[in-house]
Amino acid sequence: MVTLKIDNISVTVPEGTTILEAAWRAGIALPTLCFYKDLNEIGACRICVVEKVGESRLIAACDNAVEDGMEILTNSPKVRAARRTNLELILSQHNSSCTTCVRSGNCTLQDLAADFGLTANPYEVALPKNDWNPDFPLIRDAQKCIRCMRCIQVCDKIQGLGIWDLNGTGTRTNVGVAGGEKIENTACVLCGQCITHCPVGALRERDDTDRVFAALADPETVTVVQIAPAVRAAWGEGLGLDRDRASVNRLVAALRRVGFDYIFDTNFSADLTIMEEGSEFLARLQAGELQKWPMFTSCCPGWVRFMKSQYPDMVDQLSSAKSPQAMFGAVTKTWFAERSGIDPAKIFSISIMPCVSKKHECDIPNLNDSGYRDVDVVLTTREVDRILRAEHINAAALPEEPFDSPLGAGTGAAVIFGATGGVMEAALRSAYYLVTGSNPDPDHFKAVRGYDGAWREAEFELAGAKLRVAVASGLANTRRLIEAIRAGKVKYDFVEIMACPGGCGGGGGQPICDGFELAQERDEKLYALDRENPLRFSHENPTVITLYEEYLGKPMSHKAHDLLHTDHHGWHLPCEEK
Amino acid sequence: MNKLSLITKTRDQRALEGLQGEVSRRLLASQQGICPVDMAAALVHVCAAQSCGKCVPCRIGLSAVGDLLDKILDGEGTMQDIALIEKTAKAAMDAADCAIGYDAGRLVYECVRAFRDDFESHVRSGSCAARKEHAVPCVALCPAQVDIPGYIALVNAGRYADAVRLIRKDNPFPSVCGLICEHPCEAGCRRTMIDDAVNIRGLKRFAVEKAGYVPAEKVTAAPTGKRVAVIGGGPSGLSAAYFLALMGHEVEVFERRRFAGGMLRYGIPSYRLPRERLQAEIDVILETGVKLHLNSDIGSEAEIRRLAEDFDATYIAIGAHTDKKLRIPGEELGGVVSAVQLLRGIGDGEHPDFTGKKVAIVGGGNVAMDAARSSIRLGAERVSIVYRRRQADMTALPEEIEGAIAEGCELLTMMAPARIEGNADDEATTLVMRPQLIGAIGKDGRPTVSDADAPEVPLEVDIVVVAIGQAIESQPFGAFGLPLKWDTIAAAETCDFAEKDGIFAGGDCATGPATVIKAIAAAKVAAHNIDRYLGFDHTIGAEIDIPQPKLFDRPPCGRVMLKEREAGERKYDFMLMEHCMSEQEAAQESARCLRCDHFGYGIFRGGRCDRW
Repeated sequence: MVTLKIDNISVTVPEGTTILEAAWRAGIALPTLCFYKDLNEIGACRICVVEKVGESRLIAACDNAVEDGMEILTNSPKVRAARRTNLELILSQHNSSCTTCVRSGNCTLQDLAADFGLTANPYEVALPKNDWNPDFPLIRDAQKCIRCMRCIQVCDKIQGLGIWDLNGTGTRTNVGVAGGEKIENTACVLCGQCITHCPVGALRERDDTDRVFAALADPETVTVVQIAPAVRAAWGEGLGLDRDRASVNRLVAALRRVGFDYIFDTNFSADLTIMEEGSEFLARLQAGELQKWPMFTSCCPGWVRFMKSQYPDMVDQLSSAKSPQAMFGAVTKTWFAERSGIDPAKIFSISIMPCVSKKHECDIPNLNDSGYRDVDVVLTTREVDRILRAEHINAAALPEEPFDSPLGAGTGAAVIFGATGGVMEAALRSAYYLVTGSNPDPDHFKAVRGYDGAWREAEFELAGAKLRVAVASGLANTRRLIEAIRAGKVKYDFVEIMACPGGCGGGGGQPICDGFELAQERDEKLYALDRENPLRFSHENPTVITLYEEYLGKPMSHKAHDLLHTDHHGWHLPCEEK
Repeated sequence: MNKLSLITKTRDQRALEGLQGEVSRRLLASQQGICPVDMAAALVHVCAAQSCGKCVPCRIGLSAVGDLLDKILDGEGTMQDIALIEKTAKAAMDAADCAIGYDAGRLVYECVRAFRDDFESHVRSGSCAARKEHAVPCVALCPAQVDIPGYIALVNAGRYADAVRLIRKDNPFPSVCGLICEHPCEAGCRRTMIDDAVNIRGLKRFAVEKAGYVPAEKVTAAPTGKRVAVIGGGPSGLSAAYFLALMGHEVEVFERRRFAGGMLRYGIPSYRLPRERLQAEIDVILETGVKLHLNSDIGSEAEIRRLAEDFDATYIAIGAHTDKKLRIPGEELGGVVSAVQLLRGIGDGEHPDFTGKKVAIVGGGNVAMDAARSSIRLGAERVSIVYRRRQADMTALPEEIEGAIAEGCELLTMMAPARIEGNADDEATTLVMRPQLIGAIGKDGRPTVSDADAPEVPLEVDIVVVAIGQAIESQPFGAFGLPLKWDTIAAAETCDFAEKDGIFAGGDCATGPATVIKAIAAAKVAAHNIDRYLGFDHTIGAEIDIPQPKLFDRPPCGRVMLKEREAGERKYDFMLMEHCMSEQEAAQESARCLRCDHFGYGIFRGGRCDRW
């Protein structure tokens, strides 16, 4: 243990603790900007500098360890002057048009400028040129980037892709797409982790709210909304609602106030996905197709993009089942339209997702099988929060309201799709039923839950046969797992991958709370919803049962294939073609 | 009355001179990863500040070039701007009145020509052709990429054995390199910006001496069942063997001589590298299970072929062990020997008696100094180092030259050997030298020499030692089918050959005579690539916690230099002549390290490579 004094408060902390953390323990909150715990501790912005008594040069608190007996001053005149100058310099290269910034009110730089009480900047503002494809689902504003390097770090260390890099040299060093490449030509999977780790408004999703407002304004258009599982665990964060108050039924009420015609639940199609994907898995397992490599889940479009660009020879291992979003879209404009007597051409299908990559998924040409665009627009959780704010809807004060019928029904197995391990667990629950004809204990497969290690593995008995499964989230972890599989070091039958760390709970479209990884907290909410749901098996979803009876026949039927499965070779990423 | 007065410097002048000194130090410590266009622009601004303002090409031209360079750097330049810079620089070079202008013009002109790709890339894409990473300067300059800030921190913390283990991660010869490494790392030390480079080699030696015996790393990799042959038991061969053994391969080293060590034993005299220290280091390498076959010459095509067939992979590291001839009359006379021959004999423990002899050493490199200083120790009455150019042009390290002079060697510079004359017994008696004139500076930056209009000078000699370079016995390898370039075995940068699978080569035999650390660097490359060739992906690491950098100011502080035994004493024996740092000195010197692995770019990227 090391004992030191910070602002004359004595603290004792373990060796290796940073000065920043020691200050926290002493109850002193130092200002930080580029710092992101365990991800970006590099002392670049020099906002967290402190003075060590006896030394003339200031020290970054975020990346330097405490020393026994040291005395630290966090607010000396020298510290104050240096921090202020550094902040002014950062602002001299930042487009401070806060009023039109998507991060206004949730921006670490804005907060700091306010905290420091800046009223003017002595430096002339000089901004780099913006050169970005406005149609790409991920938008970068070079004029707002403060070169904190967090996007580079998260893409490198957590996602193992290295899409972002430093370009240029010397004082002209800037963050950009590695090698000066166009973003649309890279292997970017659109996970959006760079967005949720950006302290300012330099990175965001393409805003599609105007298209939704346009649909709402058209009296001929029937608007149909689906809400993804993980959205219900996070949507309140962007509006200041606590997690329990921000129930999905309160979100339904709020969306009804906005004026949507049908408000449905992606949980319905998550259950449908399990029926198709679970049946496909059993069929492929029995056909001996999984001897060399396992079958992989396919509901995460970031992961599908990753597989296609990084391991093209393994694309056939992906389940051919579409994602819940895509299945929902296909069913809406066919079965639902038919039985409700609505012209599918008039349906505008809106999907609310914790995800940026879904914006790309809905545009994949061969994922549209209803004869129309299966999903017309994808909004992130953040965009939905913005719509509610724009409409001045006080969600906290609304009563809870039920989903519309029939596509509003979902089971506990579906809601955990939003958490890492959830798809696997839901699939195993129903696979057990499909093989044995009886339900297992719904928590029988909970060994696949958790966050430790690069990936988790478990082994289960299924009708006397051993089933080996693995679950990974985060693409650097995924790469480790796949490399181990390819090297023959591990062997599995079924593997679940989610691109974002912690799964959709930590999705790149979720509300941003700078410095906090909330995936686990959100996932716990989803597991609680699973426990509370009287239905915990996808095959017991009443709408799913009706859909098969009335329309599809049985899982893997010809019709199910046409509507609910896809060929992952049917489209190409630009980086694949090179 | 008009009086003269002595010129004294004003405070401003002194400050400016200080500043200029600091600028030159700063440039010396320039790291990798700098944009050449940016650097050219900065230099032009310095040159413009030096302009007296009288003449047009300098006053206006340099300012115009500076503006154009800034425009290009800001991504607003055109190809025409590049042409205009070139044209303006050429005009300054051709038409300025004094060197301030015409040399600035030359500088810019040569920059544009040398870095045209980067200039054009700025115009096209707004940045350099390729962004270079800002590596830790000392590590980047070390051919073997030894974790220098890491082991200096360990020395500072008193963890000497850990320091040795950390060095061995990249270099299994810490003791050898602590004594004789040419320390290219120190050339780029960022500390130079403040005062002077850290004495890195001195600290390594201190670590090794304090640590004493440190056992080899345990081989934790499972045996691969693959067998690798290494031809040559010098620094490159033994290093490759060490790394390959740690990777789980079965390695056998074939050494033609009685002892292993290569040039470390047969080239470097023991007063610089004591034999027992070398042997101790080799013994540690052998602890990993490497099999060493002494007196095993793989010198014919058939033997090479047999080895290549018997083993799964073969690494050729035979070094450069034959001599180069002067090609002057009299070279065949008795008493004329090559430095290679002389030092090899000493390496095997055969000390010829030079008592009362007059020795002439021909050459100006480190080997010439080794031969000269060995001759002194062998009892020579007079040792003259005969060199064609000036002392400043000698390729030997300055401290080696100074050491030789201190021990009593004479430098006869600007003298080219013309012929050697002998007596009736065909024993050399006179080295006839032709005085030289220093001349124009060539493309390599070294001045050329030509015969001066002066009479030949005779030098009375008993022994002539020719130290003008070494050659490689590469012909059998050429016959085996490997490409040769001059006499080097022309391996690729990856130490392998497009012509032959499973054959690798590195060290002096592939590069021509170079340094021990370059030979070790080649061993790393070869070991990694051999492992991959054999179908594995082993990595080498050290698992050592590096101490956190200490948080104190680093005000200017003198560099600790290693002391030597006094010349009058050391010249009579072959015992180690250099003293180690004291604990007090090592504590101070290790605290001078700026920890570039942590401060600056290092903490973001490239600060440490834990495994390779």
